Amino acid sequence: MNTVMRFAALVMMAALIAACAREVTPEPAPPEPTPPRPAERPVETERLDPRDFTDARNLDNPDSLLSQRVIYFEFDRSNVRAQYRPIVDAHAAYLRANPSARVILEGHTDERGSREYNLGLGERRGNSVYEILRASNVPSRQIEVVSYGEERPVCRQSNEDCWQRNRRTEIVYTAR
Amino acid sequence: MYLPEKLISTSASTVERARRLVLLVLLLALLPASVWAQLRIEIVDGVEGAMPIAVVPFAWDSSEPAPATGVAEIISANLRRSGLFDPMAERDMIDRPTRPPEVRFGSWRLLRVDHVVVGRVTDGPDGWGQEIEYHLLDVHTGRILLSQAMPVAPGDLRFGAHRVSDAVYEALIGIPGAFATRIAYVVVTGLGSGDEVFELVVADADGHNPQTIVRNTQPILSPAWSPDGRRLAYVSFATGRSNIIVQDLFTGQMRTVSSERGINGAPAWSPDGRELAVSLSRGGSPDIWVINVDGESRPRQLTHHWSINTEAAWSHDGRHIYFTSDRAGRPQVFRMDRNGDNVSRVTNEGRYNARPSLANRDRLMAVVYSDGDNDFRIAIHDRETERLRVLSDGRLDESPSFAPNGSMVLYAARQDGRGVLAAVSADGRVRQRLVVSEGDVREPAWSPIIR
Repeated sequence: MNTVMRFAALVMMAALIAACAREVTPEPAPPEPTPPRPAERPVETERLDPRDFTDARNLDNPDSLLSQRVIYFEFDRSNVRAQYRPIVDAHAAYLRANPSARVILEGHTDERGSREYNLGLGERRGNSVYEILRASNVPSRQIEVVSYGEERPVCRQSNEDCWQRNRRTEIVYTAR
Repeated sequence: MYLPEKLISTSASTVERARRLVLLVLLLALLPASVWAQLRIEIVDGVEGAMPIAVVPFAWDSSEPAPATGVAEIISANLRRSGLFDPMAERDMIDRPTRPPEVRFGSWRLLRVDHVVVGRVTDGPDGWGQEIEYHLLDVHTGRILLSQAMPVAPGDLRFGAHRVSDAVYEALIGIPGAFATRIAYVVVTGLGSGDEVFELVVADADGHNPQTIVRNTQPILSPAWSPDGRRLAYVSFATGRSNIIVQDLFTGQMRTVSSERGINGAPAWSPDGRELAVSLSRGGSPDIWVINVDGESRPRQLTHHWSINTEAAWSHDGRHIYFTSDRAGRPQVFRMDRNGDNVSRVTNEGRYNARPSLANRDRLMAVVYSDGDNDFRIAIHDRETERLRVLSDGRLDESPSFAPNGSMVLYAARQDGRGVLAAVSADGRVRQRLVVSEGDVREPAWSPIIR
């Protein structure tokens, strides 16, 4: 009886999988590294102060540090370099001012070295940002660290330019 | 008249095992892999002076229709792929004996063949399945080295041919073959499109019969075979976070065995198949823990260190665990007792040694190795001679996995911007490349010998 059900379930699964048509999508050009966007902006942001890190509208305001959500790292390192500190501080201010906001800190590495070690390294990069947020009094319940290691690169060439862009922590808002 | 030196007859338990194997094949056949997931194996380098052998086409005395690819052809391909044999092409054979008395040694000697394999396929003795009867003969002495009747479950002739290959290999090389094995690997398609598909595929060691075990839009990595070859443990990001899944290949049943906060990675089966060593970061940084596969007892923490501790590999007797740690700065391989005591550093040569895979009763340890930051290669540490041998020449080689007989190391590499698999013999002389028609292939894991 049980075996028959299981068999039926497998047949259905197989049918479903077989039914999945495959789409062939050409590989798009790699994204530009944080391009400085032109200064055109929506009407509503006219009186918006880009340094007001408590205002959710600044998350989408290219003039505000809050719109920057990627911290880059050196090879095999996980310390947040000085030039990225202001970005992390801006998000710390936002999260303090908006207790219902939630972020996932996604840690990533380049493709070099073993995959499981890179999971650990990616987590360290997420944790570095986590520690700064915590030191800025952001409650831990607002933050989660998830490491993807080398599994989710933004750039796929095997060269230093690409590797730089893949060694990163992304601040991903799951609630604003 | 000939007297076989060794004749193994069909026993009830063999048939029972074969029956179970057929069940496995039937169930897996319900999830055929995408056509592009089939591996094609190319030989890059073979051994100079490989052994000349002739595997003569087997007689087909079964009531079943003969398959398109004959048993002898499969055996020849296996032996050739090992790099240690130079099987004669069928068209060059001037004679087609199928029984030892028909073998005219003089003419094979003239063809410069050292060994001849002859045989036939008949219906199984109880009308169930088939039987491969085969004989390995030494052309120079005229002696029969091996005679066997191999029972084969219905539809399982290829696997039977792999077992014959194993026996021939063992008789001539002195160590068991690893042809009747399977490999697991991950195929990724749609790369860079934002619609990546990750498939965990299981195939015969010669690349045939690929079957997709699980398909996901999120990463899959680190497949690990249970010691009985029945189950795979792997890491899945299907939920957006890493989890460790154990999947039964007979039933397809999946179970999440670890979903702690943080990393759940690098599963490794204990030799008795009861426990998994894993890497969990629930304590703040990745440490080695041991969990019960059936989830009945609480996880036990083995390492307690702020560094990254991952990629556990059990010693053959289950008394020790090797693992990667960067507690000394760069990743190196360490070893500890199975309870976490007596941690000692194992690798000293090279700046980077990670992801250990063990063979030959732990004498050989394959690792991802680098002496700088740019080239990551597969190296073998011989723990007896304390010699290090760098086996691969890529820049991004990773994920070494030993064949169960220790003869070859399977690993992942990049070639022209694509992920490919490669295999190299432990002495570095034989090289193979394993490619899929589309997408990246990575994370290979060689199964234990399937009985």
